[in-house]
Amino acid sequence: MLARMGPVLLLWLAVCLSGSWAVDKGNFKTCDQSAFCKRQRAMKPGESPYRALLETMELTNTRLTLQLINDNNKVRLLLELYRLQGNITRVKINELKPLKPRYEVPDVLIREPSTEPLSLLSQDENGVVLSLGAESQRVIVSARPFRLDIVEGRDVLMSLNSRGLLGFEHLRMRKDTQADPEAENKEGTDPANPAETAKEEEEKVEDGMWEETFKSHTDSKPSGPSAVSLDFSLPGVEHVYGIPEHADTLKLKTTDSGDPYRLYNLDVFQYELYNPMALYGAVPVMLAHNAQRTMGIFWLNAAETWVDISSNTAGKTVFGKMLDFVQGSSETPQTDVRWISESGIIDVFLMLGPTPRDVFSQYASLTGTQAFPPLASLGYHQCRWNYNDQEDVRSVDAGFDEHDIPYDFIWLDIEHTDGKRYFTWDPHKFASPKEMLQGLLDKKRKMVAIVDPHIKVDTNYKIHNEIRSRGFYVKNKDGGDYEGWCWPGNAGYPDFTRPDMRAWWASQFAYDQYEGSMENLYTWNDMNEPSVFNGPEVTMHKDAMHESWEHRDVHNLYGLYVHRATAEGLVERSGGVERPFVLTRAFFAGSQRYGAVWTGDNAAEWDHLKISIPMCLSLGLVGISFCGADVGGFFKSPSTELLVRWYQTGAYQPFFRAHAHLDTPRREPWLFGPENTALIREAIRQRYTFLPYWYQLFYLAYHTGEPVMRPLWVEYPQDPATFALDDEFLLGRDLLVHPVTEEGARGVTAYLPGKHEVWFDIHTFQKHNGGQNLYIPVTMSSIPVFQRGGSIIPRKLRVRRSSTCMENDPYTLYVALDNQRTAEGELYIDDGHTFNYEKKELIHRKFSFANGVLSSIDLEPNAQFTTKSWVERIIILGASKPSMVTLKTADGENQLEFDFDASMSVLTIRKPGMNAGADWTVTLQ
Amino acid sequence: MVMFGHFVLLVLIGGAMSAEVLRPRGVPLSKRQFYEEDKPFTCLDGSRTIPFDRVNDDYCDCVDGSDEPGTAACPNGNFHCTNAGFRPAFIPSSRVNDGICDCCDTTDEYNSGVDCQNTCRELGRKEKEELQKIAEIAKEGFMFKKQLIQEAKQGLEDKKSKLGDVQNSKKDLEEKVEALRTVKETAEQPEKEAKERHLKAWEDQKAVIRMEKDKARMADMFLELDDDDDGFVSVAELQSHSELDPDSDASFTEAEAQGLLGGVDKVDTVAFETVWNNIKEKYVSESTVDVPPPRETTQEETRDTSLDNDSENYPDEDIPEEEDDEDMDEDDEDMEEGDYKAPPTSRTEDKKDDDEEGAMPPYDQETQTLIDTAQKARDEFNEAEKALREVEDQIRNLEKEISFDFGPSSEFAYLYSQCYELTTGEYVYRLCPFNRVSQKPKFGGSETNLGTWGKWAGPEDNIYSVMKYEHGTGCWQGPNRSTTVKLTCGKETVVTSTSEPSRCEYLMEFTSPAICQDPASSDSGHADHEEL
Repeated sequence: MLARMGPVLLLWLAVCLSGSWAVDKGNFKTCDQSAFCKRQRAMKPGESPYRALLETMELTNTRLTLQLINDNNKVRLLLELYRLQGNITRVKINELKPLKPRYEVPDVLIREPSTEPLSLLSQDENGVVLSLGAESQRVIVSARPFRLDIVEGRDVLMSLNSRGLLGFEHLRMRKDTQADPEAENKEGTDPANPAETAKEEEEKVEDGMWEETFKSHTDSKPSGPSAVSLDFSLPGVEHVYGIPEHADTLKLKTTDSGDPYRLYNLDVFQYELYNPMALYGAVPVMLAHNAQRTMGIFWLNAAETWVDISSNTAGKTVFGKMLDFVQGSSETPQTDVRWISESGIIDVFLMLGPTPRDVFSQYASLTGTQAFPPLASLGYHQCRWNYNDQEDVRSVDAGFDEHDIPYDFIWLDIEHTDGKRYFTWDPHKFASPKEMLQGLLDKKRKMVAIVDPHIKVDTNYKIHNEIRSRGFYVKNKDGGDYEGWCWPGNAGYPDFTRPDMRAWWASQFAYDQYEGSMENLYTWNDMNEPSVFNGPEVTMHKDAMHESWEHRDVHNLYGLYVHRATAEGLVERSGGVERPFVLTRAFFAGSQRYGAVWTGDNAAEWDHLKISIPMCLSLGLVGISFCGADVGGFFKSPSTELLVRWYQTGAYQPFFRAHAHLDTPRREPWLFGPENTALIREAIRQRYTFLPYWYQLFYLAYHTGEPVMRPLWVEYPQDPATFALDDEFLLGRDLLVHPVTEEGARGVTAYLPGKHEVWFDIHTFQKHNGGQNLYIPVTMSSIPVFQRGGSIIPRKLRVRRSSTCMENDPYTLYVALDNQRTAEGELYIDDGHTFNYEKKELIHRKFSFANGVLSSIDLEPNAQFTTKSWVERIIILGASKPSMVTLKTADGENQLEFDFDASMSVLTIRKPGMNAGADWTVTLQ
Repeated sequence: MVMFGHFVLLVLIGGAMSAEVLRPRGVPLSKRQFYEEDKPFTCLDGSRTIPFDRVNDDYCDCVDGSDEPGTAACPNGNFHCTNAGFRPAFIPSSRVNDGICDCCDTTDEYNSGVDCQNTCRELGRKEKEELQKIAEIAKEGFMFKKQLIQEAKQGLEDKKSKLGDVQNSKKDLEEKVEALRTVKETAEQPEKEAKERHLKAWEDQKAVIRMEKDKARMADMFLELDDDDDGFVSVAELQSHSELDPDSDASFTEAEAQGLLGGVDKVDTVAFETVWNNIKEKYVSESTVDVPPPRETTQEETRDTSLDNDSENYPDEDIPEEEDDEDMDEDDEDMEEGDYKAPPTSRTEDKKDDDEEGAMPPYDQETQTLIDTAQKARDEFNEAEKALREVEDQIRNLEKEISFDFGPSSEFAYLYSQCYELTTGEYVYRLCPFNRVSQKPKFGGSETNLGTWGKWAGPEDNIYSVMKYEHGTGCWQGPNRSTTVKLTCGKETVVTSTSEPSRCEYLMEFTSPAICQDPASSDSGHADHEEL
């Protein structure tokens, strides 16, 4: 939403843009321009100065501690090692005696993780071997140089500091102002080594250690250098994923020839694709995968972070690899990863799998799972910057009915406010918001209004006055309220890291506080990186203060806190009854707990449509399932073909919202002629027919942390052909989607995985074998989607004007048989909008088909919920013709009518009529 | 688990008639014949035949949705509401029992639990009132329109006849211009000759003056050069003026000096005349103080030595100062003497002459008379030509207006060259039909062009219902501004609203009697009213 700046920025923009659409890379730092990254990256491998002081080792039932010493400067570090439940090992490294406390990220872990006992297996002067519990896993601590290896059986799973790139810049006094008391201390504690102490004193002061300037901005760095870094080696691994958010391929690339991947939440204007530049959000979690094992590394640090990836096989051609294989001369493929953060401590969780599902559940045990969204939020969202006034909203709403297109949410961007004062309404354009909201409510529809975290500095603005008087603003380095430019002009930034600030913020969403709000009004947090138009890299100065912590320490957390406080506000306004829906642009590890995320200000270009797939897949892998890209592209105006293809793609991605920039022509679905209206209507209707499946997948994600939209390798971890696929994806296990993302496409080639599996085209019911590349001819109406043989998907085919209108509608069960003529599936039902599912007010059924019998079994016998929905139709794909079909329920038995299409082997059972929550069997004879 | 689904029910049709017609729910009367109870039902597309008890049994059997006119079972079905008291309507089947009241007779929500109120009567009454109001407006508007048409017709005729008149007067003017051109040219010939004569006499006189001046100077210089006062200028005396060195090589030799003297050692005043002609360009007086030469000469010499190649630029920079005064003088003169005409030479030349040789003497009486005569002819000619141009403009404008598309009966002609304003919170919008649309901030700031007249842009059957104004001021990163003006029938001509539905694409609502339809003829076209 960034492009239409206030007048102050117009000039700046005009200069930046000067006719080009690409990001101005010069506005953002390279590693070389970020002093700590440059310093750390300059370290040479194989020269680690760190040594483990084995004599300091202490082993209790739950943790191991051990001191490390840097032989160059004698600064000691404290290593803590924990074995956590669920095959996770946690390694923490901090200074033994820091000059002042270093920042440890709070509020991201859902609880203090439960530990498991560690036991000592062996020890000598070179190292220690510890047992990591049952699975013959051990950790080997080598003393000189310090190194950790995690070993299972004979295999090394992962090594830390194996390249000797552990870096830990200890806090120090500034030499030019004061003598270093730390040095004197050490002299006292270590009198045997005066020479080395002298050496430390000579440690050179490099540029950028105590002050750093980028463009016109100076970072005062009051704490001096404080970076941390560590390398990880992953033997046998050639594929690593995750560390969003980047506009790049699913499989991460090696970074030897360029910049590392950067994690630093930034408002990047017109971002470029296929590069490692930082974007709006950061989740410092990387997954490593090979055909045998999946693992994860969770680097819990909220400061600016860079991730280097190198591989000993990267750059080798397929032929070269083959030659190595034939000659047997190949070294084991290995990927090396190095994390570099500007401040804080090293706190890393090694999630050791071994399956992808295990990694998801391990990560979920640390940071929680996807918030279970209200059902309606899985419908279609109509957004634009901006719907101009109430009449505009009314007529767009009417347009959907006129063209018989369903939608659930209409959105208002910043122009709805009174002068960009959030929580207010423009008195002329939105004079009676409740009337407008009631109009939507009457149609069982909802609205989202934007609430950004920058607050207009204006003494006539209640929100500002309250935040100022309570001292809730982030402070600048001199102790005054930090101010920066954003949409309203001069703005303050509330300190969302403070629990009291968040509680106050949440209270502002109460119906009696947020004037004009109603229960069908939800919230959108944009610009929460935070975006500061006149700040360094369009964000906050790193020396701004959040109480005693510098912004540097907490930067990547800010957006999560904004999202959290807002979501909590929506929960509280309903007395804890209703599920919130909040969309955020900035995020961090744990943001999945608070709602949905979108990929920011993309553009109406085919490549941006394509990149929406890997971008959301990467987010899903690290827990954030509720992801989407602006349908149509935010900047610029899409061709009609691109718009239609984007609707078709978006209809099969988790968060389905069309959005457009203020300066683009209108693009409501009916503005492109009846043919295209019909194509868009059909795509959105397909979405609505699958809502029961989406809802069930989100329930699963909420329970297990499994991504809703997932890469193929997650389900086919042993099939290397799937490892780099990112032009198609799975929804759950059972739907494979290969959207058309090429202009003028006549066909697509989809990889159907699973050698012994079959896949059914959901439109034609045509059956295809797995384990092949399938060429699919396409027209403008084609959305290649396949249902896995062996699955049962419940759908609602009576698409109405909103998901809420479909609540009581009957289900059609799509039973796709596998080669063994079996199938399984689930159905999840609840009220769709409250937290009552936590009290087991829900229906969770398991369907299974085997030996000609389809049965519905209760997965939650203790749950209580009733539904009016019934089963109107059962469609069995890959069936043979029965002579008789019998339904058996508690009420007795009756015969059902059916149709059989022999050419497609499709059996349609007519109107079995049983309640969707009941026990039943349908027998084919 | 289907808890409803009866198929046949009683429907009350038409408030007045009170007739009862049996037919399945959601079926319009016009299709009743296809739904005969106790006979198998054939889908309306003929695709298949099903037992009648499957009509409205809440399961979609027909591909065309025709077996479920009264339920939501078919994705492509339609439900018919009778809406007695109001207008009947079809709604998509997906709106049957969705908990939202769509039919004013409540028939679409028979099993959703929602309590709908029958609002048909109220709606019917409102619509009737509305229609009446509209009809009244249309009636009055149409009367205005007829008047407008009449006026336009009259106006058109007036314009046409005016055009004829103007075209005639144009002919006369053309002839007059030609005649005056001849007069002018005839008068200008003797004027030109007389002026040239006058100028030549003045040039001759100036030459004589210059020569005398030159001679005087030569004599002065001879005396200056003749240092020993022996009545001769010698080689040595000449050599004292190094600036005269012919090859400017910094050594002015005897031989060179002798060469200048024509090969002799010394010359007397008579022989010096030849020598002087060779050296006068270079010669620098020994004492400009002692012997102040004419002011202008000094200036010229200084100019030459100090500015060399730039000399061309010099006059431009130098002249204005002096010119200012002269301008004023001249103006004063003009005012005082009234009919005084300056000699037709350029002012710079004029001035130079003034400075060097005094002003050109006034024209003699005879010449002045010729000039005055020619000037009079010129003035008359110019005046006539101007009048002709004005007439041509008038013709062009009239032709444009006459040929302009002001609607089928020129009913929109009255809008031509008018402007209508609407003031909103922030802006004043101004619509000048057939010309342009603009927007001006209420509290200061410059006007923005929202488009100039483009074309009539209504739908094919009603092309005069929409005006399009295009190519307004460009938008940052966007298109040029444009405005669509929608016309509706009204008694008055008013801009009723403006909006910007898409960035830089404006929409204006404009009422005018000119768009009103004859109420008599539109009574039959009830469909038009239904859309309202």
